Amino acid sequence: MNQKLWSFLVPVLSVVVALIIASFVILMIGKNPITAYAALIRGALGSKMAIASTIVKTTPLILTGLAVGFGFRAGLFNIGAEGQMIVGAMVATAFAINVGWMPAVLAIPLTMLVGMVAGAAYASIAGFLKAKTGAHEVVTTIMLNWIADYLSSYVVTVPMGVGFGTPKSPEIASSAKLPPLMVVQATELTSGIIVAVLAAILMKILLDKTSKGYELKAAGFNPYAAEYGGIKLADNIVLAMAISGALAGLAGTLEVMGVHHRFLGTLSGGKGFDGISIALIGQNNPIGIIFAALLMGALRNGSNEMQFVGVPKHIIMIVQAIIIFLVAADRIVRTIFLRKKVAK
Amino acid sequence: MEKAVEMIQIVKRFPQVVANDHVDLTVLKGEIHAIVGENGAGKTTLMNQLYGLLKPDFGEIRIFGKKVSFRGPRDAISMGIGMVHQHFMLVNNLTVAENVVLGSETGIGPLFDLKRARKRVSELSERYGLHVDVDAKIEDLPVGMQQRVEILKVLYRGAEILILDEPTAVLTPQETEELFETMFKLRENGKTIIFISHKLNEVMRVSDRITVMRQGRVTGVLNKDETNPREIARLMVGRDVVFTVEKTPAKPDGVVLKVEDLRVKDYRNLEAVKGVSFEVKAGEIYAIAGVAGNGQTELVEALTGLRKPVSGKVYFLGKDVTHATPRELREMGMGHIPEDRHKYGLILQFPAYYNVILGRHYRPPFAKGEFLAHDKILTFAEELFNRFDVRPNNVRMLGANFSGGNQQKLVIAREVGLEPKLMVVSQPTRGLDVGATEFVHRTLIQLRDSGVAILLVSMELDEILSLADRIAVMYNGQIMGEVEPNAVSIEEIGLMMAGHRLEEIRGRVA
Repeated sequence: MNQKLWSFLVPVLSVVVALIIASFVILMIGKNPITAYAALIRGALGSKMAIASTIVKTTPLILTGLAVGFGFRAGLFNIGAEGQMIVGAMVATAFAINVGWMPAVLAIPLTMLVGMVAGAAYASIAGFLKAKTGAHEVVTTIMLNWIADYLSSYVVTVPMGVGFGTPKSPEIASSAKLPPLMVVQATELTSGIIVAVLAAILMKILLDKTSKGYELKAAGFNPYAAEYGGIKLADNIVLAMAISGALAGLAGTLEVMGVHHRFLGTLSGGKGFDGISIALIGQNNPIGIIFAALLMGALRNGSNEMQFVGVPKHIIMIVQAIIIFLVAADRIVRTIFLRKKVAK
Repeated sequence: MEKAVEMIQIVKRFPQVVANDHVDLTVLKGEIHAIVGENGAGKTTLMNQLYGLLKPDFGEIRIFGKKVSFRGPRDAISMGIGMVHQHFMLVNNLTVAENVVLGSETGIGPLFDLKRARKRVSELSERYGLHVDVDAKIEDLPVGMQQRVEILKVLYRGAEILILDEPTAVLTPQETEELFETMFKLRENGKTIIFISHKLNEVMRVSDRITVMRQGRVTGVLNKDETNPREIARLMVGRDVVFTVEKTPAKPDGVVLKVEDLRVKDYRNLEAVKGVSFEVKAGEIYAIAGVAGNGQTELVEALTGLRKPVSGKVYFLGKDVTHATPRELREMGMGHIPEDRHKYGLILQFPAYYNVILGRHYRPPFAKGEFLAHDKILTFAEELFNRFDVRPNNVRMLGANFSGGNQQKLVIAREVGLEPKLMVVSQPTRGLDVGATEFVHRTLIQLRDSGVAILLVSMELDEILSLADRIAVMYNGQIMGEVEPNAVSIEEIGLMMAGHRLEEIRGRVA
């Protein structure tokens, strides 16, 4: 229907408009937007290395985008992807350091599983609090983010810390490292991207094909009608938070297994929060989220090259902000439109 | 007589539909003019053009003989047109006077002269016999009072022509009667009133002339004194409408639902149901009458598992279900047509074929293991659509895009499709037009005749009297008395609705 075309068109048009507006900003600082965008594209997709690096940056963004998007579909605003990512990565690291004796076929899936369970458990705290006491998940997940942040700072300085400089954990066992798909100079294109895309497909199946997905969406759209239809809201909230947290935990775990090979204090670096904008741009659709994450990954990666031609890479933040604004504003318009129909 | 409003050959097109197709409307000064028609007949579109919310594609509007072209409601208001909407637009924590003057405050410069405003509002209230306390806060006022504040707002802005959009939909019978008195008073004072409704008895009671609309056209302009409800209904629906529900005497069987001394608290934690006991038998319609807000909502919620009772017992088919969940009750064969189809009955963002399996989405034939059986669901939805004549016949359309009557058909189709043993029905025809109401009533009778026990909760006394086999009247959380419809007078029911017990009423007579 029209609706489907619309939800595809809006993000695409938003990107175009955002790039046009940003080009005026580039003009204002006395640079040539065409040179800047050419550099941006070159930096993002211009070489094998650029592409590999874009994909590496995209991988965790897909997963945090899925985490937040899944929450939205079930009517929950999980701002805690950042904290769940940290906890997932941290616990997975602690496990992966000690699995040198295990073959990779076991160590790799088990490490992922541990990271996902840790993220799920951490997010479930907010889920339980909401189900039992009604505490809003926005508040609790923000608080849990800070707890995760300080806890991980402590863990990598005292019990797990090694070396000097940036607080970091020891390297994980090589059997738990993700095999690279391709190595271009120093950039390893890890197989994490396959896991991330697989996660998106699984999420799509869960939401569109299963009765559990039906329940999660029903509770997200209209909790009263869901309860009337015999759906247990409390169970659904905890489950949805757990799945959302598992995805965020996996994002952190793949960063450890595929990119850094150890836990760093700066590992999450706001990728959990980026998940919110990605979910928004991807319209909470798993496939849309893959493309939204790819866009973000490409913009981030290409912005370095833009810096070389004298255009500050923060221009990208402006582009990102305008995209989010336009997509969000569209939702406002559509919400009003839908309400009007209901009132009739 | 002077013509207050003339709308000549008005055409308004929307994508895919002509909402007004060369509509003529003439309203005389000082009359109460009713506009009746089914949902979607184009009444509201016509009024929105008169109020400046929409611009006609074609045609002419004259107010007191003067040709006008409104750019917005502000222009309409300045020409003396006022509209009282169905949904009130009041600020709850401000007083009546403050609400009335809001948006047209008077005073010196930026200073607001509340004293003068109060005086003017209270003068207006007296002149039209509205009896509103100008210092009361809106949140403390009952719905009927709030509506008078809306009328005051319109009068304060100097309206000569008042448009009332389905004003009785939210009122109790008493409040409705008071509204009619107000309308007569306004007419006495020379005001012109356009009254939009689809309740024929109300139209017959208050209006002087009636314009009937169907599918965007005017199908008749009638003098109240020269017509009857049957004729109006035929012009509205396009065929003869059966008013009296035809039904044979009930053949009640075994007890299906038994409620013993049930007590339920409302969301404020106050006791709303205070010890209610009754039985519903297979093959009968047991109706609970009463003014809204006397515990009916909480009672229904407790029976259907949506609210935990404080004490008492509920037995369904002999089994204690006092604390059963909605899912358990549904599996045992309890259907529920909820009073608020938007809040409870439907998931508006879901397509129709998802809505018709709500409550059974997790088990065969609609689920196969963990997966939804989409082909079975679609076939089932299409069957229900044909059986219940849901329009448009498109099972993939979102719930939000169906009309009110068809949304209710979706809910009823789903619950009847459950093949229940007991159907709990709450306000099944609220907001529905004549044709849809007729359909709902026929469906309930058919269900009863097939041996289903039906518990009907309704605020519409007419509906209760024509459907029920036994009637209980609820007041302040208690049942005032239980009667059979042919052995009771409307006065007796009215007294019970106002809080008198049956024994008390009949004792007095005897």
